[in-house]
Amino acid sequence: MKVRVLYQWPPGHVRTPAYLRGKVGIIERRIGEFKNPEQNAYRAKPDQSHLIRVRFKMKEVWGDNAERPDDFIEAEIYEHWLEPYDAT
Amino acid sequence: MTRFFGKRWHDMGGSPAGNIDREQHDFALWEKRVDALMVLSSSAGLMNTDSLRRVLEDMGEDAYEKMSYYERWIASIGQNMIEAGAFSTQELAEKMEVIKARGVTYGDAS
Amino acid sequence: MPHDHHAPLSPSDHPYRDDDDTSLTYWQTMEIAVRELLIEKGYLSATQIQEQINTMDERSPANGAALVAKAWTDPTFKKSLINDAGEASRNMGFDIGPMHLIALENSETVHNVIVCTLCSCYPRNLLGLPPDWYKSRAYRSRTVIEPRKVLAEFGLELGEEIQVRVHDSTADMRYIVVPAQPKESIGLSENELKDWVTRDSMIGVGLPRSPI
Repeated sequence: MKVRVLYQWPPGHVRTPAYLRGKVGIIERRIGEFKNPEQNAYRAKPDQSHLIRVRFKMKEVWGDNAERPDDFIEAEIYEHWLEPYDAT
Repeated sequence: MTRFFGKRWHDMGGSPAGNIDREQHDFALWEKRVDALMVLSSSAGLMNTDSLRRVLEDMGEDAYEKMSYYERWIASIGQNMIEAGAFSTQELAEKMEVIKARGVTYGDAS
Repeated sequence: MPHDHHAPLSPSDHPYRDDDDTSLTYWQTMEIAVRELLIEKGYLSATQIQEQINTMDERSPANGAALVAKAWTDPTFKKSLINDAGEASRNMGFDIGPMHLIALENSETVHNVIVCTLCSCYPRNLLGLPPDWYKSRAYRSRTVIEPRKVLAEFGLELGEEIQVRVHDSTADMRYIVVPAQPKESIGLSENELKDWVTRDSMIGVGLPRSPI
């Protein structure tokens, strides 16, 4: 399944690296629920959020600057940072 | 069209950087104690990995460049303990004065 | 409380740095103060701190090497390691605490490498503390954009037929690479194979090599 990482820039502690925001990848695996770090970091009672490993092609992430276009980057992204992506 | 406004200093992926320095140091006893304090105060419910990192990130890039890894950690742990109400800033300041008076080396003071 | 003590040896059998003999720094003062305040207020004990240090000192890349050597010689174990590395590690008797671990298998066509671009996440509860370079700006910045150049700096030149997979430890999972077994080591015992598995091969910046 294809997903897109939200292109947003909230202030404060988040676990979504800047270089993956707005990028499209496929779900590699679903890992399970973890405390939402964006709340846990501030001592707010954290919600549980699903953590998902997403696989990106280097070309998607770095465009023409990719060292080799079909190498992969995989990262864990919380579900509230992902939206379904439909290319059509 | 990659616009990295809002990218914070600690979020390093893809930033230009030089060669990797592979020099290694053994950890000092005080550094191991800082590491243990992080683990144990987290187990005691006083902080967590996210709150450790939130403070480290908010300390800014200058701290990253000028302080060592475990110096940054103890700064964050100290602030986390105050936030958690484990002790007050006043208590921490007074304790640090007492410790400084014990001697001039880490061995004397600890 | 000033006292005499002989510093224990570090895991690499070197003495700790001689911080006892250099001037007390501001941050060392804070470490002592935080530690003593937490003990005085009953949140933790001096014994717990020493035990935690001992626990960390006992963790080393040898733990991971044991997992890899077993995976090389026991296909059923390898399957369980890839399926749930945390559980497989616990079943081997390693106390990895609450750590969530994923094992990534290298092959003739795939090479995995691990980084943490946001901080310095590392499978410390299995392999011990990360090397300094793993925490460096250069490694954290470059590995996701030019992994092949980074690996070449470590002396690892990968052929075009090999796909590189970079794993950024952005959240709660920690990773260990299961390197491919070198052909020249096939037939050796699990115990002999442990010495072939280097720390760097489990991070993905090196390959297993003959200990001799």
